[in-house]
Amino acid sequence: MDVLVDADRLRKTFGHIIAVDEISLKVARGEVLGFLGPNGAGKSTTMKMLTGFLEPDGGVARICGVPVTERPKEAKSKIGYLPEGAPAYGDMTAGSFLSFIAEIRGFDGSVKSDRIAEAVTRTGLERVVDQPIETLSKGFKRRVGLAQAILHDPPVLIMDEPTDGLDPNQKHHVRSLISEMAKEKAIIVSTHILEEVEAVCTRAVVIDRGRIVADGTAEDLQRQMPYHNAVALMVDRERAEAVTNALSALANVQSVERLAKENGHIQLRALPKNGAAIASDVAAVLAERSLPVAELYVERGRLDDVFRKITTGEGDRHA
Amino acid sequence: MRNVWIIAKRELAAYFGTGLAYVFAVIFVALTGAFAFFVGNFFERGQADLIAFFQYHPWLYLLLVPAVAMRLWAEERKTGTIELLMTLPVTTGEAIVGKFLAAWAFIGFALLLTFPMWLTVNFLGDPDNGVILTSYIGSFLMAGAFLAIGSCISALTKNQVIAFIVAATICFLFVMSGSDLVLNFFRGWAPRIVVEAVSSLSFLTNFDQIIRGVISLSSLFFYLSIIAFFLFANAIIVEQRKAA
Repeated sequence: MDVLVDADRLRKTFGHIIAVDEISLKVARGEVLGFLGPNGAGKSTTMKMLTGFLEPDGGVARICGVPVTERPKEAKSKIGYLPEGAPAYGDMTAGSFLSFIAEIRGFDGSVKSDRIAEAVTRTGLERVVDQPIETLSKGFKRRVGLAQAILHDPPVLIMDEPTDGLDPNQKHHVRSLISEMAKEKAIIVSTHILEEVEAVCTRAVVIDRGRIVADGTAEDLQRQMPYHNAVALMVDRERAEAVTNALSALANVQSVERLAKENGHIQLRALPKNGAAIASDVAAVLAERSLPVAELYVERGRLDDVFRKITTGEGDRHA
Repeated sequence: MRNVWIIAKRELAAYFGTGLAYVFAVIFVALTGAFAFFVGNFFERGQADLIAFFQYHPWLYLLLVPAVAMRLWAEERKTGTIELLMTLPVTTGEAIVGKFLAAWAFIGFALLLTFPMWLTVNFLGDPDNGVILTSYIGSFLMAGAFLAIGSCISALTKNQVIAFIVAATICFLFVMSGSDLVLNFFRGWAPRIVVEAVSSLSFLTNFDQIIRGVISLSSLFFYLSIIAFFLFANAIIVEQRKAA
């Protein structure tokens, strides 16, 4: 495995507050790591240490094997970074801003214009290249920040809330851009939008109060939920009893819960034993006894609940 | 060096792009002229020199240079671009020197635009152009010293107004440090050598010598060392406080 980002027991305190408490993580080429956590959990601080903006109080961050604190210039040249809020020099036009970034990144002449042109095309900035950044909409500003981060085709891409405040189309665009680049880079994306993790990330790390509290795929996180793979059904009130009995008899079903009543219907939820997949069994038994249902779906265990459960100890109940 | 130039170029473009450059240059040229003619009695003195013109430079710089310097770092911190800049492959030193040189060059540009004063005095009489040249150099160096102080203070805060007021106050103390206003504060308790040291820090005394033709290396060196000292302090402050 080609580890491009390696954080080893990173630690950062501000006065008495421990912002990041010995966070260690590795990100390999081809991975898109979703960095999750409530506001103030230490996501941004960790990213700032990885990118060399903040010096850690303890631990080492290495980018492509280069220690960030000892050889900052070399490490920084391997990173594309989109800071939170995508700051940029507002009085510059998008084009001149990217030209400045390209020069600082060491490009000259035709290589420079090629790089800028490519970043502009990839982020869809063609229309606004000659406009001052301060006059651009939030979505375009964010894209300027993205263009700036990917301009030198860095092996490591670190983005702090890249889709925050964007409309659904813009979010989709940013996500497909990330997925496009995912293969040959190590990417870290911080977010508190959980759907994003499902959409683009190969792995999710949840941090809370400066510590890593969960690390795995989105699927792994969902599996932690008690309702993972549970089957929810909507049935007529008269048939509720019969359905409950039929489902309870199944080998893989732990229990059947009765939830809300709606318009003469009753919502039931069949909980599986050990998270087993029971949907087909449920469907089969219902068909066999010819019990019609108005609605049937498999609950994944919503990431929001997992998130709440992990970071606050709540979220076991929902419905 | 390449990075210093790239950063300076960007800053200069910002000065001219936002109109700040033109406002500053026009006001600077107008005020230096107004002071020389109306307060300094340029004509009435009947002397073919530019002392009437140069002697007000410290006071004009006191107002105008902190106004240029206040945005250098405070604005970067306010808008968050400092995070962008300091995660690019540039060192803190390169960023500080690049920004400083751009602002300095731009003040130098405004200073050059006062050349009609030089034409006038050469038209009217036969001045010592050597003294005028060193006065220009001295004035430029003094502006650099004001600017380095302002840049350093600007890194301490996100608020440009605070940066302006604090920088102007510190510059004022440096200007006045040869006068009783400042020296009396030290005379009561400090040893003589301290009082003399403070007195020798005076921008005014050093500049007066230069414009009267007493060009000593120590006066030029004085301004250069002030610049070096405050830019060094600037680097430490940026390193320490960039996250705050």
